Amino acid sequence: MKQATTSSPVNPVYRKRLMAHRVGIALSVLAMSVGLLVLAWILVTLAVKGFGALNLHLFTQPTPSPGSEGGGVSNAILGSLMIVGLSTLVSTPIGILAGIYLAEYGEENKIASLTRFVTDIMLSAPSIVIGMFVWALYVATVNHYSGYAGSLALALIAIPVVVRTTDNMLRLVPNSLLEAAFALGAPRWKVAMLVRLRAVKAGVITGVLLAVARISGETAPLLFTALNNQFFSADMNRPIANLPVVIYGFAMSPYDNWRELAWGGALLVTFSVLALNIISRTLFSQKVPN
Amino acid sequence: MNTQLSQENVVPMNGKRKTIEISGLNFFYGKTQSLTNVNLDIHEKQVTAFIGPSGCGKSTLLRTLNRMYDLYPGQRAEGSIMYRGRNILEEGQDVNMLRAKVGMVFQKPTPFPMSIYDNIAFGVRLYEDLSKGEMDERVEWALKKAALWTEVKDKLTKSGLSLSGGQQQRLCIARGVAVKPDVLLLDEPTSALDPISTSKVEELISELKQDYTIAIVTHNMQQAARCSDYTAYMYLGELVEFGETDQIFMNPARKETQDYITGRFG
Repeated sequence: MKQATTSSPVNPVYRKRLMAHRVGIALSVLAMSVGLLVLAWILVTLAVKGFGALNLHLFTQPTPSPGSEGGGVSNAILGSLMIVGLSTLVSTPIGILAGIYLAEYGEENKIASLTRFVTDIMLSAPSIVIGMFVWALYVATVNHYSGYAGSLALALIAIPVVVRTTDNMLRLVPNSLLEAAFALGAPRWKVAMLVRLRAVKAGVITGVLLAVARISGETAPLLFTALNNQFFSADMNRPIANLPVVIYGFAMSPYDNWRELAWGGALLVTFSVLALNIISRTLFSQKVPN
Repeated sequence: MNTQLSQENVVPMNGKRKTIEISGLNFFYGKTQSLTNVNLDIHEKQVTAFIGPSGCGKSTLLRTLNRMYDLYPGQRAEGSIMYRGRNILEEGQDVNMLRAKVGMVFQKPTPFPMSIYDNIAFGVRLYEDLSKGEMDERVEWALKKAALWTEVKDKLTKSGLSLSGGQQQRLCIARGVAVKPDVLLLDEPTSALDPISTSKVEELISELKQDYTIAIVTHNMQQAARCSDYTAYMYLGELVEFGETDQIFMNPARKETQDYITGRFG
């Protein structure tokens, strides 16, 4: 507002612009508050309802059988960690290598541009379709639900996210840096792996973390694949409990303790995803390519 | 590596050997021709400077000498560039090997995203298998050559990106020197540097020519006059005049050269 004193406030053009500026800012702030309000509402509701369930039992006891008191979601926490962990292990190398391929050869050949196109479609594919696909291909073939099928479905969702971020990040690396490596006589694969990939390491890790955040909340694909398991089980070849499906099942149940556990589980998932996002953001802000 | 690139075919002239002989060189960016019939010799352990207005083809010429243009489809060179008895423009030349012998330093500093030590060791590891001790010595040697050792000797494990612009450029020069190339191509190496860093790099150039053949592209006429033994003046993709630096600056044969050097043009 200091400008108003320096340039003439009576200038009609200036006053018009100042008005337009204020209206613009006001509308932006309004839009931002609507968005933030909804987000805050969700988080506060989650915290209020979830903190009641947040006790040691939540982490140590498996899901209770109908009618029994108390219980926790320890089996679902373990199952979620195993399913998401395995699918991260599978999707990270595939996604990063495919991203490198696209960044290196994307301009030169048809297969690469086709891959990029398909990746973009996969990015926005409804996750229930991916769940159905894995169900038809895997679950219906071996005739039982399993944690492996769940990991496979989640990996299919995570791969395009990792491919896209890796590809985008690698493209940010300036040509001059690549030329400098080539000028020393380095073969192409060494330039790609030791210089180009390393220059955007933080960005690529961010992509992986965002992919993990994305799949750790997915429910639909797991309904078709991992299903659920009331008991404590670490057998990935059998149906296995996981947080999203437990939340889905318990939230609409008639039992008070089940509904409370659903809120507790929802709180866990949300804050894990939030933590992942915060970690990836701080990682990325530390280092961006010049 | 030197043994296979024998020097037998190089004929001494005026007591000086030619490292690179360019003849009938044409260069194309797609359909646009940017070098026309360039003929030029680069002498061993001498500094050859390329001067001329922007877009005259100086950098393009330099980039043909290590076939940097190969990275981009659509760019091609015709003619011949004889280096140590071989035409490097021919099909089937080992481009990586050529680049290991003909090093290049660019206009902007381009440190790799790794430690200062690894920045230097990166190129050395490509073609040599040194022990830890030998590598330490080589890194120190290269950093001393580039007049950077005293400034970085206590922080070799720090990222190369943490250095100042002038230090980064000297790091890049050290990186180029560390692989012990035969020829060093410098593409406006001081244009992004302050005067103090510039004078350090210039001192370095006269130091380096004891061991290496150097070709330098520069926009700074005084720099060409100070550092080089030979000067080539280029204009619109053609070599207008080439000769010993003293002669080009004191008594150019062509009027265009004189106009450019005296600042009446360009």
